[in-house]
This record gives sequence, C-alpha cells and structure tokens, in this order.
Amino acid sequence: MEPFSSHRGLVAILDRANVDTDAIIPKQFLKSIKRTGFGESLFFDWRYLPDGEPDPQFVLNFPRYQGASILVARNNFGCGSSREHAVWAVMQYGFRTIIAPRQEIGGAQVPGFADIFRNNSVKNGLLTIELEAPEVDKIFEMVERNSGLEATVDLDEQRLVLHLPEELAFHFEIDPVVKKHLRHGLDDIALSLEHEASITAFEKQHNPQMYRA
Amino acid sequence: MAKTLFKKVWDAHVVKTLPDGTVLLYIDRHLVHEVTSPQAFEGLRLSKRTVRRPELTFSTLDHNVPTDDPFNIKDPISKAQVEALIKNCRENGVTLFDYATGHQGIVHAIGPEMGITLPGLTVVCGDSHTSTHGAFGGLGFGIGTSEVEHVLATQTLRQTPTKTFKVEFTGRLQPGCTSKDMVMKLIGLIGTAGGTGYVMEYCGEAVRALSMEARMTICNMSIEGGARAGMIAPDDTTFEYIAKGDRPYAPRGEALDKAIAYWRTLPTEDGAEFDRVITINTAEIAPQVTWGTSPGMVTDVTGVVPDPDKVPGYSRRDVEQALEYMDLKPGMKMTDIRPNTIFIGSCTNARIEDLRKVAKLVKGRRKADSVRVMVVPSSQQVRRQAEAEGLDKIMTDFGAEWRHAGCSMCLGMNPDQLKPGERSASTSNRNFEGRQGKGGRTHLVSPEMAAAAAVEGHFVDIRNWDGLKALNA
Repeated sequence: MEPFSSHRGLVAILDRANVDTDAIIPKQFLKSIKRTGFGESLFFDWRYLPDGEPDPQFVLNFPRYQGASILVARNNFGCGSSREHAVWAVMQYGFRTIIAPRQEIGGAQVPGFADIFRNNSVKNGLLTIELEAPEVDKIFEMVERNSGLEATVDLDEQRLVLHLPEELAFHFEIDPVVKKHLRHGLDDIALSLEHEASITAFEKQHNPQMYRA
Repeated sequence: MAKTLFKKVWDAHVVKTLPDGTVLLYIDRHLVHEVTSPQAFEGLRLSKRTVRRPELTFSTLDHNVPTDDPFNIKDPISKAQVEALIKNCRENGVTLFDYATGHQGIVHAIGPEMGITLPGLTVVCGDSHTSTHGAFGGLGFGIGTSEVEHVLATQTLRQTPTKTFKVEFTGRLQPGCTSKDMVMKLIGLIGTAGGTGYVMEYCGEAVRALSMEARMTICNMSIEGGARAGMIAPDDTTFEYIAKGDRPYAPRGEALDKAIAYWRTLPTEDGAEFDRVITINTAEIAPQVTWGTSPGMVTDVTGVVPDPDKVPGYSRRDVEQALEYMDLKPGMKMTDIRPNTIFIGSCTNARIEDLRKVAKLVKGRRKADSVRVMVVPSSQQVRRQAEAEGLDKIMTDFGAEWRHAGCSMCLGMNPDQLKPGERSASTSNRNFEGRQGKGGRTHLVSPEMAAAAAVEGHFVDIRNWDGLKALNA
C-alpha cells in the first residue's frame, strides 16, 4: 500500500447523504475476481445513461470536476454492504481522500462514514476525513462558487486547506492508529505475523473447537 | 465491575493488546463466500502465505447461484467466480458446502443451522450481514476483503474496542407483528447510522420471547442501523435450538452440557454500563413498511408517505430524491401502495419458521393477479424441510414460484432482478436504489406482511386483516 503524507488536488462535491455501497459500485461489477478495473464503474447507475453514455446531469460528469481527487459528500458515506470493491472503485477512479460530516441525528452524534467502509479505506490507503457539519457546508459552498478549486490534505498536520485567494484551513481529528497506518502504508498481515508466537500460545489455551463432540 | 455480554466475548478472544491500543482478536469461525474472497486467496498466494486454520474456515456459494437451476450458471463471469472459490477451497483444505453436499445456502443461514455458529464465539465473514450470528450470543461482524485475507493468514483481526449500545424492547409484540418490525422500528428511530461505532445488545421481555429465527432477523439488520454487530444473550431458547436438529458441528452429549454451563455465564451482568441506551415499547410497534431508498425511511403501515420536511434524520433533498426514485407522493396511504413482485427470501427472513408462517397465511388462497411471488429458501436444508412439511405445494398452489436456495433478489447478483419501474414487497434488508435491479423499487416488510400483500395486491395492516387468524390456527 502506498504511504499517504500529503495530497493536493481538485475538489468535487456529491450532495447526497447515506451514499451506499450499492450506489458506489453495483452488484454486477462484484463478479470480478480481480482487484482492479473498478474505477470505470464507480457510481455506475448515476453516472451513465441507459445507452452507456455519461449522464451530463450527474455531478461528477461536469467538466469542472474532471480529474478531481478529493470528494466531499454528506453524512453516512459508504453505508451498506462490506464490499471492499467500493473502496477500490473510489480509488481507481482517482480519489485519494473523501470528506464527510459528523451529524447530530436523534440527539446522537453520527459519524460521517459507515464503519466497514472506513475500515476498508484504511487498508487501501484512502483517507477519510470527518469534519463538523457546518464546516462541510462551508466547503460545499466554496467549491460551488469557485470552479477549479483545489485543496491540500496534510496528514501529518491533520489539516485540510482550500486554496482560495484567502486560504481556508480546517483541522481534522484522526485515530492515531489509522494515521500511522496510512502514513507508512503498512501491511497489516506482515505486522500481525510478527506476533505469531503469541497467536500460537493463545491457541494452546483457547480451543475454538472445544464444543465439538 | 459488571461486564456486558460483548465485553465477556471480547476479553475471551484477546490474543494481545499492542502498544498502540490495537487488539489482536482471535477469530473462531471464518465464513467465506464467492464474492468477497477471490482477491483474498489471490493475495495469500502472491505473498506465499497459507490458511492458518482451514478447519475453522467454512465456505459456501450463495450470491451468484441461480435459484431456478442451480447447476446451470449461464453468466460466464458468475461462473468463473464460483469456480474460483471451489478451486481456492480445494487448494487450501477449506470445507465447501456446495450444491452436491446438500448444505449449500446463504452463508448466514448455514452457519447457525449446521451448528457452526455457537454462543461465545467470534464469527466473521466478508459480508455485512454477519451480524446475524450475534443472535446466539457471540460476536459476529462483517469485514472487507483485506481483512478476509488477514483472517485467512493469521486467524486474527486487528481491532480497536467498540462502544456498546443497549436496545431494550419492553412489553410484547401485537399479533401479526414480528421481530422484523421491531428492528425496522429501531432503525426508523436511530437512523441508518445511529449504531455506527457500536455493538448492539438487544434485550428485554420482547426479545426473550422470540425464537432463534426471529432473533436472527433482528441481529441481521443491525448493520442497517449502522452497527457492525448485534448480540442477544444466550438462554434456554438458544440452547434448545442448538441441541435439536441435524447440526453436525454442534456439540452433543457431555460436550454440550459443558458448553451450556459456560454459555450460561455469558449474559450481561446487572449494573453493567453501556455507552448508549434506548428503550422501545414493543406493544406500540405497528407493522413497518419502508417508503424510501434507505432502511431508515420507514413508517407504520397505517401511515402515509411523509412530507419531505418532516422526516427525522433526512434532509428535504434526501426525501425528495427518494420519493422521485420510488415514484410516490407525500400523503399517499401506505396501504394504497401496490407491489407487483413479492420476494420472500434473503438472510433476513427465509428460514423455516418464516416459510411456515407464509404458508399458513396463503394456504388455500390464490395470489392477486397483479403480483409475481418468489419464495427462495435460505438454504437447501430449509428447502428440504419445507418440502417434507408440504409447504412447497401450498406455495405453488398459491401461485408462487418455489425456488432453490441463494441470496437471489435481495441483491440480484444472479438473474433474479427487478426490471426498471417494478415495485417489490421484499422480506430482505436493503431498499437502496438499484439494489434489487436497476430502477427497481423496494419496500421492506416482514414475511407476514409480504404474504398479505401477495394475497391482496397492496399492503394491508395485517393486524386487522381477516387472513391473520390462519396464523394461530
């Protein structure tokens, strides 16, 4: 996995809450046994007309968003199925970062990203940034008003900067474990296998088949 | 300090806590299906690693399998994916429940019915509905393909401790109402992300009164409320389910007694603290029907399609987009909605008990002319049992299609899909845009509500429906 330190790129917006993984990558593309080739199918049902041509009404098809690598969306992005294909599709399309807001719903703070999607993102080097809802509203407004707006994401500094004539910066929180993982592009399996002796010792006292007659 | 069920299961599986606070958590059961595993096996091969505990790994074919003719996969890409799993299992010594074994079925159906899923275990699968297995009082959750590879290689996962969410259902269900209505009501209250970052524990009088099948329905849809896992403390209902029936992997005799003695220590202790608590009066839950494109877009069957400004947790824009997709207008009565496809299937609601209830409700009747009815048992075992009880005959006399086991129209990876504009009453778990087929419109309901809609051609409040008495006959 490629390490993530900082990234500058064009920002695109997707003004929808609860973007589910069926919308991100529909079922027919999950039949592949490969890890690549999903970028063209990202948001397939929204992105293409029945004849296969790009739908000019869909926001990511707008000329101003071509080449975008930072996506700003609404709350609960990536809900639904555990398909890692969703993260592969987002990254293979060209996104390195997604931003979504925390939100208060029914008196509780609701995270910007669904658990499994966020988890899958970490494994693939996709940075998910969660901000407060008014901050995300502000970004939406700035992107809409400023065609070609770019931003820089600095993971070390935990900062997102919009490159407006007067720069607008946002601080974001990130789990230190996730940060380290992304920063160094770590291979989880290799890391866990360093504890092989502990796993073996655990298996001696814990028999997961103990119930078997 | 008093411990929760979750904490007890978690603590029993901590191999090691790493300096950064990450826990290496041991995995007792790894369930595998054809869609989310090929890249994981390929990753193992490329890095020259092997499956650490093949005997704890169980696989089946469910997503791609045609339910009219399971031996005949016409789509070459589907076929290649199925063949990849067969090959991966053979090369790695992993048990595969394919069609010829008689135990093929939806992965979340066969785990419990084979006795693979048991209380106190950690169960994972590359599938979000792995939350189903928590109904036995273990910790079951869905993982992505990278984590599938991690479990194959290490039999562990790197996890950070999760917050806990107690969902207490007081009182009892009204006649005709089900555990599906309980969980849909919950999702309507907390939203589809309300459980994100939590493990749910469902408890209370109404939960204790449920069968294992009904408990699995609730835990199954935990993920629709955002929670990766949902758990229910094991009790006599759990032990009886495990002890009865043909469950080749369940303990028997002395081993079972010993296991039950341990399982009885698992329930949450009095005074244990949860990070969040919600209490729901079950007696007030009406049959639930979704009207939108998110499981939280749900209302009572006695209600109407809502005003876009008056849906808690969703913006006006979210609701307008959903209503446009669903072709519904605010103010329309839910009972005026006329599905043309009735899908009784999926890991949420296609177990034997679900099929028995549907059969009771439709016995001796004819489906409405306007609907197509598909009944897809969750597993070959369920299908055999249903046929032994004559349920297949009742279904086909009713005018339903009696299918073979698989995920089927829940997500339409096989040929079972809605066509654009078709509208379903579905016993599955997700009403996302395009989920059941591009342009298809899904209303999630209980099997009982689906059966009543199949008879009448529109949704009915099953509590006042004259066919309801057949359920208790």
